[in-house]
Amino acid sequence: MTDTTLTLDRNISQPIVVRERKSGQYWLWLLLAGAYLALPTFGNEYWLNAIVVPFLILSLAGIGLNILTGYAGQTSLGSGGFMAVGAFATYAFLLHLQLTFPIALFLGGLIAALVGFLFGLPSAKIKGFYLMVTSLAAQFFLEWLFLKVPWFYNYSSSATISAPRLDTFGINLNNSLGKYYLVLTVVAVLTWVALNLVRSQTGRNWMAVRDMDTAAAVAGIRINHSKILAFAISSFYLGVAGALWTFAYLGSAGVQSFGLSRSFQILFIIIIGGLGSISGCFIGAAFISLLPLALDVIAQTLFAGRVDAGLLQNIQKAIFGALIIWFLIKEPDGMARLISSWRSRLSIWPLRF
Amino acid sequence: MTANSAGAGDQDAILRVRNISLSFQGIKAITDLSFNVRRREICALIGPNGAGKSSLLNVVNGVYTPDSGEIQYGNETFRRLKPLDAARRGIGRTFQNNALFKKMSVRDNIMTGLSRHSRTNFIEHALRLPRARREEADFTRRSESVLEFLDLRAHRHTPVGSLAYGVQKRVELGRALVSDPTLLLLDEPMAGMNAQEKAEMAAFIKDINQHLGITIVLIEHDVSVIMNLSDHVVVLDYGRKVGDGTPAEVRANPAVIAAYLGATH
Repeated sequence: MTDTTLTLDRNISQPIVVRERKSGQYWLWLLLAGAYLALPTFGNEYWLNAIVVPFLILSLAGIGLNILTGYAGQTSLGSGGFMAVGAFATYAFLLHLQLTFPIALFLGGLIAALVGFLFGLPSAKIKGFYLMVTSLAAQFFLEWLFLKVPWFYNYSSSATISAPRLDTFGINLNNSLGKYYLVLTVVAVLTWVALNLVRSQTGRNWMAVRDMDTAAAVAGIRINHSKILAFAISSFYLGVAGALWTFAYLGSAGVQSFGLSRSFQILFIIIIGGLGSISGCFIGAAFISLLPLALDVIAQTLFAGRVDAGLLQNIQKAIFGALIIWFLIKEPDGMARLISSWRSRLSIWPLRF
Repeated sequence: MTANSAGAGDQDAILRVRNISLSFQGIKAITDLSFNVRRREICALIGPNGAGKSSLLNVVNGVYTPDSGEIQYGNETFRRLKPLDAARRGIGRTFQNNALFKKMSVRDNIMTGLSRHSRTNFIEHALRLPRARREEADFTRRSESVLEFLDLRAHRHTPVGSLAYGVQKRVELGRALVSDPTLLLLDEPMAGMNAQEKAEMAAFIKDINQHLGITIVLIEHDVSVIMNLSDHVVVLDYGRKVGDGTPAEVRANPAVIAAYLGATH
């Protein structure tokens, strides 16, 4: 039973030992070991390059936007733009300073964070839809910038950037396995950092600002500092994701790879996966990147040759959209919540009645 | 210690409200209001709905800026105060219609109240550096003490939005309490509660005041609760002060009876 007794002489400073459940960590390590050891052994090159690598990078971008929107409650449609900043900045560090890739990547992320910080400044004054409009302005401005200023793509005629070389500390990263390990390591480390952040006072401050910002100020939280920090850290993640997208997945890319549709894709990932959930970013990214492939496989095996290919493509898109709507009606808090409620139902399953 | 009326020359006052006036688009909410709150007392603000009680608390912790007048808190005098500055100076606050972070767990809600004591930065949080871990452990311990004190331990991991109203009131009190405040402003801490819940909440408030030495200013409608709980009562009506003194003095004041006590019960 809970509370009803009242003890007046309780000492408020007495220490209490609390045991937290740690079962989740066990699974995390298993998953990581599987990703490092089993996947490259059993998966083929196509799988790693065309499916797993983009899935991981999109998950990372999802974490970036989720920090801003899911945790700190600031809506943004500028994800694509910040990814572009990371990509072009990393390119500049690789090209002009001849830095090794991980360092260029980190610095590229920092430049994206700086740009995110600048575009986050208006959040001190404007909220909600109006803030979304300023993020849209950021998106369009950044797209324009990386198209109109040839310095960013080193005056190449195609207006695209591609990595001069991709090796680090003597390790060649140009083969598909090297790129996979690079992406996996970056995503694993940054996921760990994101989990640390959202479980710390920084993360609690973000969520407080998201849930009720006036109350947050009364509780002693620096609201503007919290918001702008979320913009900067979110943009760091998006910038790193953009650079990985360019150099570890596509090989070469132009600003078209980071347009508004990319921003929407990242937004869908976190809405489907779950706002305010780190694991949800992976679930959402898997949904967005794997479901179209699964639908494609199903459609090809069932209807290939009998239905017009163009029509089949459109039907797939319609089914994809309908599934998204169905999931969101079923569980507006996203698939991460859906799965955790299944799990808690399963854990008490025999005693349900 | 017996409570006594807070006169103008009161040396022991922690809070002095001086000639505060506040209006919303021409409509006067508070008119030239002054009173003092002594250190470690429980001061009750009473008055009919719309008398300006909540507005007054909002002025004291900086949510509203008064048209004129000033607030002296400790040794500092303010014409205008921001909520964050009030929180950092140790003014805790709860709201009439709970202002909690609904999607966060009870303990996370309480832990947000510790922000003003945080000495670590986000890089230390991101990398779980030793200082951040120590602070987190310390914050967890302090929050657990408050959870225990307010009998909230069973709800520790429950999202606040799914709790009963009365329990939410306790969580909000906990969030204010954990920050180790000097002054607590409680806006109708017993609203919507049954008799037993009210008695529990009154006991918590008394306990906080006596054992932790925290000065309390509260708004309450239940006259019997006020008479038992408070050392000092300030009566408002239409934004003006119509009574100020011990519960017994206020009860005997004809103006107060006319404005409030006689009218309701």
